[in-house]
Amino acid sequence: MKIHEYQGKELFRKYGVATPRGLPCFTADEAVAAAKELGGNIWVVKAQIHAGGRGKGGGVKVAKTLDEVRAHAKRILGMQLVTHQTGPQGQKVRRLLVEEGADIAKELYVGLVVDRGTQRVAVMASSEGGMDIEEVAAKTPEKIHKVFVDPAAGLTNSEARNVARRIGIPEVALGQASELLRALYRCFWEVDASLVEVNPLILTGDSRVVALDAKINFDDNALFRHEDIVALRDLDEEDPLEIEASKYGLSYISLDGNIGCMVNGAGLAMATMDTIKLYGGSPANFLDVGGGATAEKVTAAFKIMLSNPKVKAILVNIFGGIMKCDTIATGIVAAAREVKLSVPLVVRMKGTNEDLGKRILKDSGLPIISADNMAQAGQRIVAAIKAKKAKPKPKHKPKPAARGKSTPKGKSRARSKSKARTAPKARAKPRPARKKAAQRKKP
Amino acid sequence: MSILINRNSRVMTQGITGNTGQFHTRTSRDYANGRACFVAGVNPKKAGENFEGIPIFGSVRDAKEKTGANVSVIYVPPPFAAAAIWEAVEADLELAICITEGIPVRDMVEVRDRMRKQNRKTLLLGPNCPGVITPEELKIGIMPGHIHRRGRVGVVSRSGTLTYEAVAQLTELGIGQSTAVGIGGDPVNGLKHVDVLKLFNDDPDTDAVIMIGEIGGSDEETAAEWVKQNMKKPVVGFIAGVTAPPGKRMGHAGAIISGGKGTAQEKLAVMEGCGIKVTRNPAQMGRLLKSVLR
Repeated sequence: MKIHEYQGKELFRKYGVATPRGLPCFTADEAVAAAKELGGNIWVVKAQIHAGGRGKGGGVKVAKTLDEVRAHAKRILGMQLVTHQTGPQGQKVRRLLVEEGADIAKELYVGLVVDRGTQRVAVMASSEGGMDIEEVAAKTPEKIHKVFVDPAAGLTNSEARNVARRIGIPEVALGQASELLRALYRCFWEVDASLVEVNPLILTGDSRVVALDAKINFDDNALFRHEDIVALRDLDEEDPLEIEASKYGLSYISLDGNIGCMVNGAGLAMATMDTIKLYGGSPANFLDVGGGATAEKVTAAFKIMLSNPKVKAILVNIFGGIMKCDTIATGIVAAAREVKLSVPLVVRMKGTNEDLGKRILKDSGLPIISADNMAQAGQRIVAAIKAKKAKPKPKHKPKPAARGKSTPKGKSRARSKSKARTAPKARAKPRPARKKAAQRKKP
Repeated sequence: MSILINRNSRVMTQGITGNTGQFHTRTSRDYANGRACFVAGVNPKKAGENFEGIPIFGSVRDAKEKTGANVSVIYVPPPFAAAAIWEAVEADLELAICITEGIPVRDMVEVRDRMRKQNRKTLLLGPNCPGVITPEELKIGIMPGHIHRRGRVGVVSRSGTLTYEAVAQLTELGIGQSTAVGIGGDPVNGLKHVDVLKLFNDDPDTDAVIMIGEIGGSDEETAAEWVKQNMKKPVVGFIAGVTAPPGKRMGHAGAIISGGKGTAQEKLAVMEGCGIKVTRNPAQMGRLLKSVLR
């Protein structure tokens, strides 16, 4: 799970990490009121979306008057902010953070992750703040300093001081910097974070160390013990299909291709996507139905795959171990009927009760293409798409009632997206200006 | 012979009274020598009872003392699973196999740290793994037994169904397996590819190994470097996730490309550079292994 920068900073302050003063806002009026409350004569208006790279995308602006605060807030709120992490369609901005301006003498970097090799929390710091840290790591790895923290002891004072010194913090600020690093570690550990990143961490003109940014990701497996953090979740920032899938215990991730795939097991699901690619196709999603898939789960999976208008064919790959192939076959037939499936479906089933499962598919009378192994499945799904493209007007076109119909052309993307957004929207706080922004969406 | 488990292993199930624990203890017990090997269950609240004839004890230590069990398989729910692992480790079992999926990473960091600092002898397999099987001898875990055949090829993998896929391909080609090991899909776990490869290298009844990895971390690279220096037997490999986008967790907590690290391409390149034959086609895993058998 991810949270917004302003929420991250609130969490930081609880642990004693210095941050600029700031207030979250949902409207331009609120932004101006926030700037007044903060006082001073320079403010920063920052778009709050979960993706990084907001500054480059025009989502962070400095204002020197209250009018400028209003102008920036108006422009940023509702914009479709495109960064290297959002993909070309961008992410709509619904929240702002208005902060007091900071006096930056030097930009640094600090990040915390769990290191798989040492199986400890790694604190990474660098004098090269404000930049893309992956680039720093690739070009000048000697500028990144790491400590692998003993979980029983936590980050010690001497470790923290040592790191602070190495990234160029002057003697006078070492004490405060060391306390800040130790507070960041405590925060990471206690909230069950999977990532804490401050980029930039700054040294101010009067030699104070301050977290100018706050990125925190959480270990989903540990959320059961952090109700307060779950409350910070912002469904607007998540893929509605992924949210819908999680309700059914399905693990779903949207991708760019046009072949929907449903598989049991994460490793086999990735291998199936790879197979599709290998035979010249492109997967539209990752979908792991997990163990014990019921007819209800399979139907939900089909609906979710088909609500992506790009999907032109579906590949099912099931290795029935504990889960029996006949159970899955019954589920597939029921799902195909319920959604009135109108795209080609290739099914590869292997394992327990394989023959029985294949017979159920055959006897259903549905135009299901069967495959005996993964290679054949890959070939047949790609061939099915090509055959469909060759005939621009498919026979089963007159089926107006089809729910997840394949919407052959046009600007189906934006339409379906706003439709799919309905579920999370209903939960979120009602906020104005949604329709207007939807019109601004790129085709 | 085989690695990790054989017909002489004596197994207890921690979490034997839950649905999952019951179901898989039953299928494991009904496989090959399971009836003789599954000797105990653990549930602190149900000591003195039994599960279909398997006696239940209040603690791992108690179960070990009364039955001579030396292996534990853990189905305890995620919030309590790390404590269950530690209980098995403290009782000095030889092997603890944790099937449970969804354990907080912090809990695993703590358990692994304690295991290292106290120099504990217990080997940990998992968590979030399918378990381990020595075909036609003993199955401990959730894999379907019937796809396996006894033989001389070792299998090690991070994922469940993809392992079954590889095993089924081998069996179809008439190639049996010495032991198939699932090390699990979590970022912080026990035995890694390299540890299992070492065991296969020393096992006189294993002739070749198929190693299956996926995106995330650098375990496969570490294993490949070790193979280059030390392995006396042919190793072939496959890495799942060539098409996975960075920054997205692909089902397994550990299957994520982060900071540009842990891509499938990078892993495949390192493996090839270390003399491991790889395939990019998961349908070819069995054939590739067959091609290196003498």
